[in-house]
Amino acid sequence: MNDIAAKVLEGDPRSIARLITHAENTSPLAASQMKKIHPYTGKAYVIGITGVMGSGKSTLIYEMTKEYRRQGLKVGIIAIDPTSPFSGGALLGDRIRMTELATDNGVFIRSMGTRGMLGGLASAVYDVVEILDASGKDIVLVETVGVGQAEVDVIKIADTTLVVLVPGLGDSIQTIKAGIMEIADIYVVNKADRSGVEQAVAELESLIDIACNDKDRKTPVLTTIAKQKKGILELVKEIENHKNYLKKTNRFQAKRRKRYEAELVEIIRKRLMNFIFDESTFKGKVESLIDQISKKEVDPYSAADEILGKILK
Amino acid sequence: MNEKIRVLVAKPGLDGHDRGAKIVARALRDAGMEVVYTGLHQTADMIVETAIQEDVNVIGLSLLSGAHMTLFKDVTSLLKKKGLNDVLVIGGGIIPDEDVSNLKKAGVSGVFGPGTHCDDIVKFIRKNVKK
Ligand SMILES: Nc1nc2c(ncn2[C@@H]2O[C@H](COP(=O)(O)OP(=O)(O)O)[C@@H](O)[C@H]2O)c(=O)[nH]1
Ligand SMILES: [Mg+2]
Repeated sequence: MNDIAAKVLEGDPRSIARLITHAENTSPLAASQMKKIHPYTGKAYVIGITGVMGSGKSTLIYEMTKEYRRQGLKVGIIAIDPTSPFSGGALLGDRIRMTELATDNGVFIRSMGTRGMLGGLASAVYDVVEILDASGKDIVLVETVGVGQAEVDVIKIADTTLVVLVPGLGDSIQTIKAGIMEIADIYVVNKADRSGVEQAVAELESLIDIACNDKDRKTPVLTTIAKQKKGILELVKEIENHKNYLKKTNRFQAKRRKRYEAELVEIIRKRLMNFIFDESTFKGKVESLIDQISKKEVDPYSAADEILGKILK
Repeated sequence: MNEKIRVLVAKPGLDGHDRGAKIVARALRDAGMEVVYTGLHQTADMIVETAIQEDVNVIGLSLLSGAHMTLFKDVTSLLKKKGLNDVLVIGGGIIPDEDVSNLKKAGVSGVFGPGTHCDDIVKFIRKNVKK
């Protein structure tokens, strides 16, 4: 059991899968194994794909992966879908668009539920990126949930972030509203076989002109028809351009640093929450404080002071 | 620790309709499970590789055509070959009574016919899943 990390480094699919499960369950084994693999990470290039449900993210990932495989690269795919806040269950359906990749041993696909995280990612996604990276994947593609909420967390993990849109009136306006205008490194207008493509592209271009982003790089807008494999090669090239740009301008290291910051914060957050709400520590205290708040015997701020005081003493 | 039961729902074979599989997938989600749904026309190879990568505890196979015996057996023998002995395999579809005992011998633990209530499948999984 202790050589899971070693097997992950060899690229063994079952060990990769097992360690991911341990990470998702925040088991003690996960922590010990993640420590072992960290020195071997940092090589994989991480691409985030966000955009509303049905815009074609999974189909794009399938086609992009086939192109990367043609180039001889190994690919990891993380496909995230929402966990139901009511049942805690999740329907993970992104593989439907990628079935042919299942038997390619140069590809590893993992579907994840958000398990309570907002922002479009799953809490364990940082671990999963590290695991796939350590297992020898050259490219890691991360598909966010796509329910249209502000799925901006993907930029914390991705080196290049793709925002996928489809032609249709007002879509770009929705983009601004959803707050995803700022996060795109590349815009992809998919389903370009539909009418309204030129308009969608023009609208986006004008928005990009107004948005005052990096002056030395204008966010490119590409059109694709994922279902007909059109525009994929251009997209892959544009991602390569962005990668070169990041490296040339020293932004690459800054991005990676941001990812490690987010990962550290997430580990601490998870551990603190588990510690506070664990049966063996403060759960009883927390429950009784909630009762007291309900009865107006104490206010929520004082209750928080009391709990945190116990930890920070 | 927060463990969840992970289930792969797959539809092997050539018949092109998966309404039943989708209903079961949704019911399992509503019972708190994480359900990986892969759609139609899955080969035994695809199913087993997917089960490995997704580290599922359960594989649910849905079948309508008469080819169920070979397809189910292909999956269970491939699982054995790959050493995945802790995965629970269940099946659903129109399966004649005389085939059920053969399927069980082949490693399909639960077989659910047309009139099955989703709750029965949920209960069966919870009771038999190997952790
Ligand atoms: N017309 C058209 N349909 C597409 C295109 N790309 C994907 N689709 C379809 O759009 C639907 C949703 O695709 P999917 O990849 O699952 O989207 P996701 O929810 O963003 O992952 C599927 O039925 C795809 O076949 C495209 O370029 N044109
Ligand atoms: Mg998808």
